[in-house]
Amino acid sequence: MGFVLRRLSASLPVLLGITVVAFLLIHLMPGDPAKVILFGSNAGPDQISALRQQLGLNEPLWRQYFHFLDQLAHGNLGTSYLTQNSVAHELVSRTPSTLVLTATALLVAIVVGVPLGLIAGVRPNSLVDRLARGFSFLGVAIPYFFLALVLVLLFSVRLQLLPAIDDGTPQALIIPAVSLGWGYSAILTRLIRGRIIEEYRSDYVRSARARGCPEWRVLLRHTLRNSSIPAITTIGLQFGNILTGAAITEVIFGRAGLGSFLATSITNKNIPVVQGAVVLIGIGYVLLNLVVDLIVGAVDPRTRLTPAIS
Amino acid sequence: MTGSAQVSQQQREDLQMADVQTTDVVVPPAMENAGSSPRFTSMIVRRIAQAVLLLGLVVVLLVLLTPGLIAHQSPIATGDNILTAPGHAHLFGTDQLGRDVFSRVVYGSRPVLMASLAGVALATVAGVAVGVLGGFAHRMVRALVMRVVDVLLSLPVLLIALILIATVGSGLSSIAIAVGIAFTPGFARVVESSVRKLRSAEYVQAAKVFGSGGVRTSFRHLLPNLATEVVVLISSGVGWAVLTATTLSFLGLGVRLPAADWGSDLAAGATNLSTAWWLSTFPGAAISLTILLANFLGDYVSAVLDPRGGLGLRRGIRSFRTRQKGTRA
Repeated sequence: MGFVLRRLSASLPVLLGITVVAFLLIHLMPGDPAKVILFGSNAGPDQISALRQQLGLNEPLWRQYFHFLDQLAHGNLGTSYLTQNSVAHELVSRTPSTLVLTATALLVAIVVGVPLGLIAGVRPNSLVDRLARGFSFLGVAIPYFFLALVLVLLFSVRLQLLPAIDDGTPQALIIPAVSLGWGYSAILTRLIRGRIIEEYRSDYVRSARARGCPEWRVLLRHTLRNSSIPAITTIGLQFGNILTGAAITEVIFGRAGLGSFLATSITNKNIPVVQGAVVLIGIGYVLLNLVVDLIVGAVDPRTRLTPAIS
Repeated sequence: MTGSAQVSQQQREDLQMADVQTTDVVVPPAMENAGSSPRFTSMIVRRIAQAVLLLGLVVVLLVLLTPGLIAHQSPIATGDNILTAPGHAHLFGTDQLGRDVFSRVVYGSRPVLMASLAGVALATVAGVAVGVLGGFAHRMVRALVMRVVDVLLSLPVLLIALILIATVGSGLSSIAIAVGIAFTPGFARVVESSVRKLRSAEYVQAAKVFGSGGVRTSFRHLLPNLATEVVVLISSGVGWAVLTATTLSFLGLGVRLPAADWGSDLAAGATNLSTAWWLSTFPGAAISLTILLANFLGDYVSAVLDPRGGLGLRRGIRSFRTRQKGTRA
């Protein structure tokens, strides 16, 4: 319990920092935010000053920030400049679609990467190992947006097996998830393989064998368990990258999710939406890494003794 | 008790380094256990690796300096032969405006390479500065700097880049700046953790005893000893930078049309995917080859520079266990 609390308190400054970054976004833009928002709408000086008043831009910076935090604490992320809808509502309604894509991609990465890394690590320099090494080298070199197009070309255009753009069916998830998960499965394969090679010759594995432990049990209970910790940590740290990858994948396949929403909002300079998305992604990322640390703590109790953040 | 706490601290650092590493670097599996294969084959492998690297670098230099020598057609000249398949007249075919795809791939390398190299250069300067500050400055400054780095590290690299471009506008220089700033926290984290280790080194302590100030110690004693690590960091960051830069230009945030660019050409070709596969495939293959080469270079450089014959930063993962047992310092 103490571990959980310590870990929680350590993520608080990071969460606060994320809100500062999101808050400062509107002030990072060159020029007057009010003018930027009204750009192209032929607004007169009155309208600009009215908007400045409405956005609270005349207040001192620290007061604006506390106002922003206050609103945030009440779940209010402001209104979209374009639709005048609640940003929180728009973001939340788009989140499930993105989470499904991210989770499926993660699943692809784990289902491909872990067994491949395991087999390759158990028999280094075997055929499977050579294939796995080639795969892990190529996997990270081929960008997911290119792989997505190649897969569409093969499976949608040539073979006509899978839909090329999102039509709401579960099959439409396959190409986006595989193209997104592929790179991460390559990372996982390499990581697991390296750890297995190291762990497989260690003393505790030999003593487990000497005790008459069946080989599958040695592999799964002893070796894999000890090899999985850096893999779990990496999955947690890569989550943000998968999420932004999902965003781009959504744009390619015309899926209505958080990513495509964020992308259009960035091009439209729809700042409240960008702010909201930054806060949402940042909080999600911090929470996920919290969960990852708890899982690592459960898998390897030694880490619970570690001070949460150095 | 204190002993175990120190070990845990060490583990954490190693893991952190390893984490930064796994996002940035791809270790060529061939080199990973070079020790376990016979010496002769490993020598051949090394020679082949050197030849491939050299060839790749020559091609990159040629393309950057004299693209006209390789591609004889202009990348933006339109022609009557639209959407012709790859053949004798047009090696990679032509696009919907009759432009030569081969020329576009050759010329399209320049914005990608320039933006990613400039981005990595920016990230290196800023990352080393922030890292040294975070590892060597006064305790309060150190804590503040590293907290800011932690916050930025908790945001995905691409998100930071997108936010920056949203505020400063699109363009090639924006991509370079965005890549540079987005990579800075990761670089700073790695540099900081080695500065923290160097800080207690005897020669640094000795310099302090002899009255060397913080700035002088940083420049005279810390930076030269960081050089190897920084070179490894740079060479392993390039592949990742190319990926980020092409992603951004794929989203149309890079060069203005009709200039050739791998990312935007790949995206443009997607609309004709069913009729003309060559439009997207060649720029995409070029991106993949470049990242492959960059990763290869990164691994090669770290393998060469690591005096222990290991894989540079990667020893973070490797010695994780051995250090725990106390068999290796």
